[in-house]
Amino acid sequence: MPQIYFSKEHEWITVDGSTGTVGITIYAQEQLGDIVFAEVTKLDQQVAKDDDVAVVESVKAASDIFSPVSGRIVAVNEILDEAPETLNSDPINEGWIFKITIENPVELDELMDEASYKDYVDGLK
Amino acid sequence: MGQSELKSTPLDRQHRDSGGKMVEFAGYSMPVHYRLGVKAEHLHTRSKVGLFDVSHMGQVRLRGDSADEQLEKLVPGDIQSLRIGKMRYTVFTNEKGGVLDDLIVTKADDHLYVVVNAATKIDDICLMEEALDCEIEILEDFALLALQGPHSEIALEKLVPGVKNLGFMEAAQFSLFGTVGMISRSGYTGEDGFEISITVNKVNEFAEKLLSQAEVEFIGLGARDSLRLEAGLCLYGQDLTTKITPVEAGLEWIINKRRRKDGGFPGYDIISRQLETGVKYRRVGILPEGRAPARGGTKLISHDGDKIGEITSGGFGPTLGRPIAMGFIDRRFSDIGSSVLLLIRGNLHPAQITKLPFVHPNYKRQK
Repeated sequence: MPQIYFSKEHEWITVDGSTGTVGITIYAQEQLGDIVFAEVTKLDQQVAKDDDVAVVESVKAASDIFSPVSGRIVAVNEILDEAPETLNSDPINEGWIFKITIENPVELDELMDEASYKDYVDGLK
Repeated sequence: MGQSELKSTPLDRQHRDSGGKMVEFAGYSMPVHYRLGVKAEHLHTRSKVGLFDVSHMGQVRLRGDSADEQLEKLVPGDIQSLRIGKMRYTVFTNEKGGVLDDLIVTKADDHLYVVVNAATKIDDICLMEEALDCEIEILEDFALLALQGPHSEIALEKLVPGVKNLGFMEAAQFSLFGTVGMISRSGYTGEDGFEISITVNKVNEFAEKLLSQAEVEFIGLGARDSLRLEAGLCLYGQDLTTKITPVEAGLEWIINKRRRKDGGFPGYDIISRQLETGVKYRRVGILPEGRAPARGGTKLISHDGDKIGEITSGGFGPTLGRPIAMGFIDRRFSDIGSSVLLLIRGNLHPAQITKLPFVHPNYKRQK
């Protein structure tokens, strides 16, 4: 199992070597409701931590997705173009949003582990 | 506005017990959706029956021998010819022909029953109190429910025998659990359905009896918005404002021959001129060609790069399974089938001008 981290903006990132895979959490998709559209910044784009790099639109509203780390976008999940509802049905696996090179691994230390994120979400309810 | 200052409707407890996600709307705590979610609630209403709490809206009775004539001082609609049991959609206009609110007027045996929007109800009541020489009674002891969908007649007939005899845009008073309420065959979804004005002390029991039927689900404001957008109906504050005239909004059908000729409502000069010579901008339906929803405020751009209009309501239409929108466009670009561009997050996306509504209404017209 790769290590998983969580941001306060309800994104997750799994780390495999120097590449991270980013998506939204189950809590995030519950809050957004039925997702009908997802769009990611261009491939190969260089982004800084906390830059908005994707937009997820539900029937209710549009929400920005922020990058939890700095790096270069090396893949986007094309499944979401035709089946954005995958973000609702399987946000942690099939519904990943983009992959990014991890340029500054120390940024991961600022994120939460699974237990801390669970406490964080419980505090919001 | 702080949570503590929010008003709630008499159904507040039932919303929360049904998993309603409560949000602020027009000063009220209202359910935006329940456990089903916006999309499923929308589709449920199109296929079965949805129950909407719209008790935040303003309900008013106008009494007096000349109430019909009086109300015509504020609206361009023909109120005097309304027969008892019939209802009509109209708007309050200002001196510039802009719309102050849209409303439904029902002719009851001894009064006019008027329903106005929640966000504007205080202004509307002030306007009527200043301008009208008739008795104005605010119905604060009445809740308002909407029951919408193809099976709503079956669901309501079980509780209130006789409602099946109402045709679209007809209303009558019925006995509801020992009190008198007004039921009309009308709504805001493009489906057959009813609106039920019932006393606050009976509304919980009435709603429970409806919800206990397997086909009936509570539906929140989220689906109410997507349903009315698919039905091509205006939302006051977005598609109708003080800067938009009924002619620009494509509502010239609400002004009959007599009112066009005689006037007598605010903004008559401007509206009359627009009826004769046309308008610069008009309301149209817009179909974005891709999957990206275009929300209110999205700019419409011509293929020459000029700004030619703006979306006023837009989102995802669950019945069509694609983004839909309505907005105002320079009439030179308003032909059905014309191609325009939408400026979404800095990128231009193609879209097509289309006629409204997006779904065919399913109203029960009298034969």
